[in-house]
Amino acid sequence: MENKSKFTIKSIVAIGIGAALFFVLGRFVAIPTPVPNTTANIQYGVLSVFGIIFGPVVSMLAGFIGHTLIDLSWGSPWWSWIIASAVYGLLVGLAKKAIDIENGKFGLREIVIFNVVQIIAHGICWVGVATVLDILIYSEALSKLVAQSLTAWGMNALTTAIVGTLLLLAYAKTRTKAGSLQKED
Amino acid sequence: MSATLSYIKKDSPIHRLTGSTKFIFFLIWSIAAMITYDTRILIAMFLMGVVFFVISGLKWKDIRFAVLFMIWLIVINLIALFVFSPEQGVEIYGTRHELVHLFWRYSIVVEEFFYLFNFMMKYLAVIPAALLFILATNPSEFAASLNKIGVSYKVGYSVAIALRYIPDVQRDFHDISQAQQARGIDLSKKDKMTARLKNSAAILFPLVLSSLQRIEVISNAMELRGFGKNKKRTWIVERPFKKGDYIALLIAIVMLAVSAWFMVLNGGRYYNPFV
Amino acid sequence: MQEPIISFKDYTYHYRSQAEPTIHNINLEINKGERIIIVGPSGCGKSTLAHCLNGLNPFSYPGESTGSLTICGIEAGKAGIFELSQFVGTVLQDTDGQFIGMTVLEDIAFSMENDCVPQEEMIKRTHAEAEKVSLVEKLEAAPHELSGGQKQRVSMAGVMINKVPVLLFDEPLANLDPAAGRDAIELIDHLQKDGEKTVVIIEHRLEDAMHMGADRIILMENGRIINDSAPEDLFLSDKLIKAGIREPLYLTALKYAGIQLSKDMHVERMQELSLNDSHKEQIRKWYEERRAKAPGKERPEVLRAEGIHFGYTPEKENLSDISFSIKEGEMVSIVGKNGAGKSTMAKLLCGFEKPGQGMLYYQGRDMSGDTIKERAAHIGYVMQNPNQMISKPMIFEEVALSLTLQKLPEEEIKERVYETLKICGLYEFRNWPVNALSYGQKKRVTIASILVAKPQILILDEPTAGQDFRHYTEIMEFLKELNEKGITVLMITHDMHLMLEYTSRSLVFADGKKIADTTPEALFADPELLKRASLKETSLYELAKRCGLPAENYIRAFIEYDREVRA
Repeated sequence: MENKSKFTIKSIVAIGIGAALFFVLGRFVAIPTPVPNTTANIQYGVLSVFGIIFGPVVSMLAGFIGHTLIDLSWGSPWWSWIIASAVYGLLVGLAKKAIDIENGKFGLREIVIFNVVQIIAHGICWVGVATVLDILIYSEALSKLVAQSLTAWGMNALTTAIVGTLLLLAYAKTRTKAGSLQKED
Repeated sequence: MSATLSYIKKDSPIHRLTGSTKFIFFLIWSIAAMITYDTRILIAMFLMGVVFFVISGLKWKDIRFAVLFMIWLIVINLIALFVFSPEQGVEIYGTRHELVHLFWRYSIVVEEFFYLFNFMMKYLAVIPAALLFILATNPSEFAASLNKIGVSYKVGYSVAIALRYIPDVQRDFHDISQAQQARGIDLSKKDKMTARLKNSAAILFPLVLSSLQRIEVISNAMELRGFGKNKKRTWIVERPFKKGDYIALLIAIVMLAVSAWFMVLNGGRYYNPFV
Repeated sequence: MQEPIISFKDYTYHYRSQAEPTIHNINLEINKGERIIIVGPSGCGKSTLAHCLNGLNPFSYPGESTGSLTICGIEAGKAGIFELSQFVGTVLQDTDGQFIGMTVLEDIAFSMENDCVPQEEMIKRTHAEAEKVSLVEKLEAAPHELSGGQKQRVSMAGVMINKVPVLLFDEPLANLDPAAGRDAIELIDHLQKDGEKTVVIIEHRLEDAMHMGADRIILMENGRIINDSAPEDLFLSDKLIKAGIREPLYLTALKYAGIQLSKDMHVERMQELSLNDSHKEQIRKWYEERRAKAPGKERPEVLRAEGIHFGYTPEKENLSDISFSIKEGEMVSIVGKNGAGKSTMAKLLCGFEKPGQGMLYYQGRDMSGDTIKERAAHIGYVMQNPNQMISKPMIFEEVALSLTLQKLPEEEIKERVYETLKICGLYEFRNWPVNALSYGQKKRVTIASILVAKPQILILDEPTAGQDFRHYTEIMEFLKELNEKGITVLMITHDMHLMLEYTSRSLVFADGKKIADTTPEALFADPELLKRASLKETSLYELAKRCGLPAENYIRAFIEYDREVRA
């Protein structure tokens, strides 16, 4: 049933810690916007970093667990958005294949790939998944959902573009080897 | 943070149920509320939820903040729904009983307000069950419960690790952001949003790096103590199913069945009093 | 003679990510029931050696080994990490990282759960194990309700439950206060004798680790074993000093007094040290010659706290009625048990938290209206873990951060950053990424990033925790230099050496109250006060007592002389 090679202990721990980070950032550091249910969520920046470092399964489950815990801590889960977070984690983690972050490679090419992937992923999740589920479960009006989901897409993609890119740039620099460094006078 | 809901230890019939029971009950209850839009069922579920809550011995002050917050969210949603689509109810129920015309495309239409009431009830039907699940389930039982209902114990353990390390991560975040504030990083001021996001990365970077280190230490510690050695594992906190557990699950299943049966009776998800 | 329980033969380990092997030609045999302490400077390979024992090498950190390593008759390289964990139980340095369960009960049972032990048996065994480490009352407690020492005891119970024959401790004292550290060593001693275990302790606080003695001390340097002998033989040699390891203080004191150490003096532990009358006379003579000089002149006050009360929640007061005054150019240590209110006091000084009652003055001016940022211009705060402070990957950017945020002109930023980097001895690394630096250098970067704002006062939280003697000296000498340039330094610390060697005053906290404001020498001469501060007596106190000398003055004389010698 389980795929042993993919599910190392490290991935399990990464899911847990990723979810804890997602929870803490999403629960205590949300920056509100004028549209209901929509905040500038820096947790997606961090979730994206986990996706690029650990791959799609880790970021999907971290997003799912983290978001569920956030909603539960408020009082009731909003399943449509929880599932959207999980799908976002899955999609953004797919970019790991094209980005060799562990060897410190995060140049212009990688920045573009990362951002194209994250923008598309956010689009699929908020405009696609979350909206469809909101209609199916809650019969919400499409016009409200369009306004809401476009805002969520914009805000989350912008947040991820800034926070995620900066974090990955910084992380990549920590992966460079010290061997090539020269002291200067 | 007092606003964050967490387990409150008590002795009540609800608390004595196993974690698995509460988890499954909560899931079935959510699904039952999710599929239906029948007003009578939603009201019944809400009232039953309130009864369960009273049985649990939890106090209003334990949930006051959460309930007010949820109501606030629901109200914002209701307003948004009305603003964006004032005739959604008419579309759903197929009739239109206008009471007063307000202005432009906005009127007080009975169908619309009935729809909005149902929308609200859909949340209210789940909130008591969700609150009970959060407040009356010992987090130690989460992982074991997930495992019991068929989730791989490894994934279950991810949840346990998340719950275990949330306070640590929170403390790290708190300490890091205080130290960074002293260096002039400020997230609270009315800076431009992009500038604020850039600043937040300066706090997140040390947080992410120390989290990566933590992942390394924890996975070593788990490996050294034989985690993942076998296909199965046992749980010291697991409790056996008792009579109460079967009753609770029966109630949930009956509710789900009733909810589905009414969909057949209604010929759809909606209860329509207008035809 | 029985088979050794652990046996390295010409063992070399080479990490896949490294150019050179990390440990070379290790030959080491450890017999059943022995207690071994492994010491060595940072990077000497002692952690690598430990990872080879518990299987993290090569299973978690891949690499190649040559030679052989057998544990309980099993070839370690061929056994898996799970198989090795049946023989070697590891207690890690990071007590939070090792505490995986939500409660004490679950954490102790963790490895049994993985072994699919039936629940009933688990509960029975967990209780039995908790009893051995006196945690039965705490079985339901979550990790944040426990002290560092208690968490470590949970870790011990968690590995012993497997009935492992070998216990491996990776720097067990690094995160504990001195009193908790002494308790830990005593517990290890007890558990070892009780369960016929073999114990391997990796630790650089050698004197503390030797509290209950050891059969052998292994000294490592550059990946090789340079000493494998009974503690006594090592202490009689000069190998420790040559390798940059701090020897026990009483030995240094004896040497200063000109006493020739010999085998019949039983130098391995202070408790066993035998001094004859002529030794005592020599110590007394040395003391009379070195009597402490008069204290220095009065200096203006820079910081004052008056009647501070504070609580994170209304129900509990974390600080009550704290008053003190700090003079310009002082170097003060703030000491006390974890949770006594030391860090909270620092947070109040920095403005992270606001006192419920009481006043704080900076150079006689009331600070209560100042924001965190305004205070940061006068009072800089350096966190314990540099990794939690460094928010830019490059050294220049990191040091420049606070100036960049103030939007100062680029030229000025450059000038001030370069100036600060020069003071901190980091100028030649200015364009390096931070992670290319050693821990001690990173610490300097964090101090530089605070100094660049030109504060008058530096507050440091555990500046030397977990550092070996070389890094300790490097960090502290640097702070002393800054102090001599006029910066007032406050340090929160558990380190007795640090207090004695570098600070002239100690504020002692216990249960949210300031219980003493005195010189470190006076503090270490007062057993009652030490106990309340969760510190422990130094061997110098014991030595002074045995020679009939006034402990406070003797300690002061020793420290002053030691500073001169090391300078």
